Amino acid sequence: MGSFLASRLMTDIFGGLATGTVIALIALSLVIIWQSTHVLNFAQGAMGMFATFVGMNLVFHGLNYWWCLALSVVTGMALGALTERVLIRPLYGKPEINPIVVMIGFLGVLEAIIASIWTTNISMLPSPFSEIYYEAGRRTILVSPFVIYEVIVVALVLSGIALLFRRTNLGLQMRAAALSPEVSRLLGVRVGRLLTFGWALSTGVGTLAAVIVSTGQVLAPTNMDGIFVSAFIAAAVGGLESPTGAIIAGVSIGLVEQFILDFWSTSVAPLSGVIVLVIGLAIRPQGLFTRQVSRRV
Amino acid sequence: MATDRALSLSVEDVSVHFGGLYALTNVSFDVAVNEIVGLIGPNGAGKTTAFNVICGFLRPQTGVVRFPVLGRENLRPHQLARAGVARTLQGVGLFDRLSVLENVMAGAQSRSGGGLGVGLFGLPASARGERELRQEAAAMLERVGARQYAGALPGAIPYGIAKKVAVARALMARPALLLLDEPASGLDERELGEFADLISTLGESMSVLLVEHNMDFVMPLVHRVVVLDFGEVIAAGTPHDVSHNETVLAAYLGVGE
Repeated sequence: MGSFLASRLMTDIFGGLATGTVIALIALSLVIIWQSTHVLNFAQGAMGMFATFVGMNLVFHGLNYWWCLALSVVTGMALGALTERVLIRPLYGKPEINPIVVMIGFLGVLEAIIASIWTTNISMLPSPFSEIYYEAGRRTILVSPFVIYEVIVVALVLSGIALLFRRTNLGLQMRAAALSPEVSRLLGVRVGRLLTFGWALSTGVGTLAAVIVSTGQVLAPTNMDGIFVSAFIAAAVGGLESPTGAIIAGVSIGLVEQFILDFWSTSVAPLSGVIVLVIGLAIRPQGLFTRQVSRRV
Repeated sequence: MATDRALSLSVEDVSVHFGGLYALTNVSFDVAVNEIVGLIGPNGAGKTTAFNVICGFLRPQTGVVRFPVLGRENLRPHQLARAGVARTLQGVGLFDRLSVLENVMAGAQSRSGGGLGVGLFGLPASARGERELRQEAAAMLERVGARQYAGALPGAIPYGIAKKVAVARALMARPALLLLDEPASGLDERELGEFADLISTLGESMSVLLVEHNMDFVMPLVHRVVVLDFGEVIAAGTPHDVSHNETVLAAYLGVGE
């Protein structure tokens, strides 16, 4: 058993899952925003990092990791809500390129603000769980307590969000508002509030991902840049509309990256997202998991 | 008009013109509590304009639309549902990727008072409320005779059923006044009969205004008829009186041309 878990195949699978689940989480946060407001949020990574700095920086001042995590997520949600109200709301009904340009600008602004406030920070954010891999005999299994924690948290958040959308009245309103804001308004749904909540939820999820990515690393404004590209591709390959698609594509990219890293070359690994993108879009240009909308004539 | 009746809707001296074209001229009529009223007229008579004024999509240049029992007037479209006025959309307007049952559940959203705060901080309560809503929506589908389509997507059900589902969705708001826009359009004979039966039962618990050009459908169904022609009310009264009114026959049926 131990040698099987430590085999090359399982090592790659564990490593791929550890990255892939976080990619899936960020991809899901992008899908939530796209579904509700049709905005491609290029600043998602930076927004999560900003909130992470606000909360996790207090670890260095002696505050407990978990309080800092909670503070980060709450900050992220507030930042998301504020962004929707201030930056995005004036752009509804305008060409779809407008919010993209605004969010790319916001990305630059946020990274500059982070760099100017927390300039001197070069400390590593300590992990609440050991990041040392388990061993079987003298062979390493690519699983640490932190990886287990991370996969469990991501699974809980993903199922929580699925329950929210499928099994609560709030989720029903969000889905209705995303499908047809006009009809929803006529039914008395307060669409504006739901859009704000969608951004808050999404940025909260994105912040959780940013904290996971930054744990065990030096806290830097650019921590999310690499994984964000993979997540963006995952969301696109999944079809942007589909939470399930984003999650499956996200985990797949993590696995593909790990196998390329192991069997091919470390220099090719960062391109794995692009490889999944090309293959995925070649098979189904509209995205792997978008349902065909049939129209009655 | 009698003033001792409690009114759900009172359209008073409404005029609408687009540039020099008068779409409605001094139009007045009302709908009493638990009364079913048909607003009819030939194509181009101003029915849709009148409906849009009542729903708040159009502001009349003169006149006012009151909802006396609700204590409101000149409501905007998004205010209707919360004020107690439900409407169906011309065509169907169902959410294409929500199930039939979820579509009906969505009709109850104007009732949920707490909204986001309750939904967010009381998620367990929200889930419990969702189960109750699910049962209520299923009962409503039973009432309109579409229970067996609960799990289907709107694109996969017959048009006649979809129109019933749209009414079920509107009824979930528990409205005091229901506005039906062209409910008979696109229905076959059998569906028309079923639909008429359904609307007849609604008068027990709410007022209904239906805008419709199919006279055969409207006449047996309503308590009163208001007839529009060239943007003016040319007759109002019981279906029997109106169908024997010379002016109406001339205008609507083309008799005497």
